[in-house]
Amino acid sequence: MIITQKKPAEELLAMLEGVTKVAIVGCGQCASACQTGGEKEIAEMKTFLEEHGMEVVGTVLPDECCHKLLMKRELKALKDSGAEAIVGMSCGDGVQTVADNMLIPVYPANNTMFLGQVERVGMFNEYCHMCGDCVLGSTGGVCPITKCAKSLVNGPCGGQKNGKCEVNPENDCAWILIYKRLEALGQLDKLGQTRPDKGYAGVAYPRHINLREKKS
Amino acid sequence: MSVLQKAIESGEFAVTAEMAPPKGTDFSEQLAAARLLEGKVHAVNVTDMQSACLKASSLGLCVHLKQAGLEPILQITGRDRSRMAIMGDVLSAASFGIDTVLALTGDHPAVGDCKDSKPVYDLDSVGILRMLSNMEASGADCGGNPLSGGAPRLFKGAAVTPVYDPRPLQINKLRQKVEAGARYIQTQGVFDLEQLEGFLEDVAKAGINVPIMAGIIPLKSAGMARFMNENVPGIAVPEEMLARLDAAAAEGKEKGVKGLPAKLGMEMAAQMIAEIRGKKLCPGVHIMAIGAEKNVPAILDMAGVHILP
Ligand code: SF4
Ligand code: SF4
Repeated sequence: MIITQKKPAEELLAMLEGVTKVAIVGCGQCASACQTGGEKEIAEMKTFLEEHGMEVVGTVLPDECCHKLLMKRELKALKDSGAEAIVGMSCGDGVQTVADNMLIPVYPANNTMFLGQVERVGMFNEYCHMCGDCVLGSTGGVCPITKCAKSLVNGPCGGQKNGKCEVNPENDCAWILIYKRLEALGQLDKLGQTRPDKGYAGVAYPRHINLREKKS
Repeated sequence: MSVLQKAIESGEFAVTAEMAPPKGTDFSEQLAAARLLEGKVHAVNVTDMQSACLKASSLGLCVHLKQAGLEPILQITGRDRSRMAIMGDVLSAASFGIDTVLALTGDHPAVGDCKDSKPVYDLDSVGILRMLSNMEASGADCGGNPLSGGAPRLFKGAAVTPVYDPRPLQINKLRQKVEAGARYIQTQGVFDLEQLEGFLEDVAKAGINVPIMAGIIPLKSAGMARFMNENVPGIAVPEEMLARLDAAAAEGKEKGVKGLPAKLGMEMAAQMIAEIRGKKLCPGVHIMAIGAEKNVPAILDMAGVHILP
């Protein structure tokens, strides 16, 4: 899931300076789960914007905000609303997808933080950096790119103290987690496998995938 | 050929010291220390913004030392430089005759004094060694393009932390470093030779064959030792040493003499060096005096270690 957090209210108000009519677009997926763009948050945002002298001329809560064609349909509701700007209560992808469909400013209400796990309601942990070449198969299912603060793929640095990472002692050292997990799985031999350097040529962004492209 | 390589390969007890570049442009203190180290050590590691604290670059002090007649070891971390920048620095270093390097992953900027700096880690210690080995084998750069005049020959090293739990994880990384081209290893500061011996036995059992130089940190006081125990990964000064340093401080207070703990620290360092050499535990030592480089010759004298001219 894409984990989002609410921006400070003042930051949003600064973006909306001079706007009198505004619309709100939330997201039924990740942002709802993150309590940053669901039904309740949209209602709260509406009240907040009205308290600050704006007229909320429409609210939309699509199933998912990052789907261009779906959003084209959903946003029709705002076409003649008179909105001068939209407050996007989704991840950055959703905000841009709204902007792709509407030629008025779309202002993000959230900061997009990471791709993570929902541990329980309101608790999220960063789990994957979308590196484009997953190594979980040889690391016991623990991601060294994300859970090691230096994204080390060849084993640990010397910086752990009592199993905790030098960068943030609240985090376990990823490589000790990997070691313990491989040990428990009876796969310690995988520790010895050399990982060829993947380089960064393959991750120049923005990337695109087209399943419809004809195979040459 | 690298002076350190020659010493190690000839079977001479190898000695290296360590120095940090200044936080500024005045290198005179480093050069003064260098004059004292001349003829006493085979080579001098120059740190690459250790603890992620900003200093003049390692390459700069390496060039100064080389021009002053010492053999510098260029420490390279992956923290601040991409593979291109690392290779560029190594080529520049080689043009000054600097042919000995030590590859490290590098402390994270978050623990240093320029916290906003972007952590790079394009390559870790293993990746740096591998890249340089490939360069030497192929005569080509990190993109596979030929280097004019071919690649420099380097004596490449790496570091290891003997006090590490789980030990197999550390030994596995050591094996990867050696496979990637490390021809010598320097350890984190050791204080317990039995512990070191056990570690070295496990390294041998793992079939890893590489000269491992024991890291020696002359302690200045019990306070410094306790601080390192708390804060520096891989450092474990035993209680017995702490007690002796405390006693030295008490004695100094009583007699009104300053510097007794530091003097004891030097003696303990010398004792360890002599024992490491006497028992043939390691083929050499790496002395990290942390600003007190001027004491290194005296420590070596006390240990009875004199390098061949
Ligand atoms: S290795 Fe880690 S960052 Fe890369 S795809 Fe797998 S989980 Fe994601
Ligand atoms: S302590 Fe562990 S998790 Fe932290 S940077 Fe080092 S190897 Fe990575």
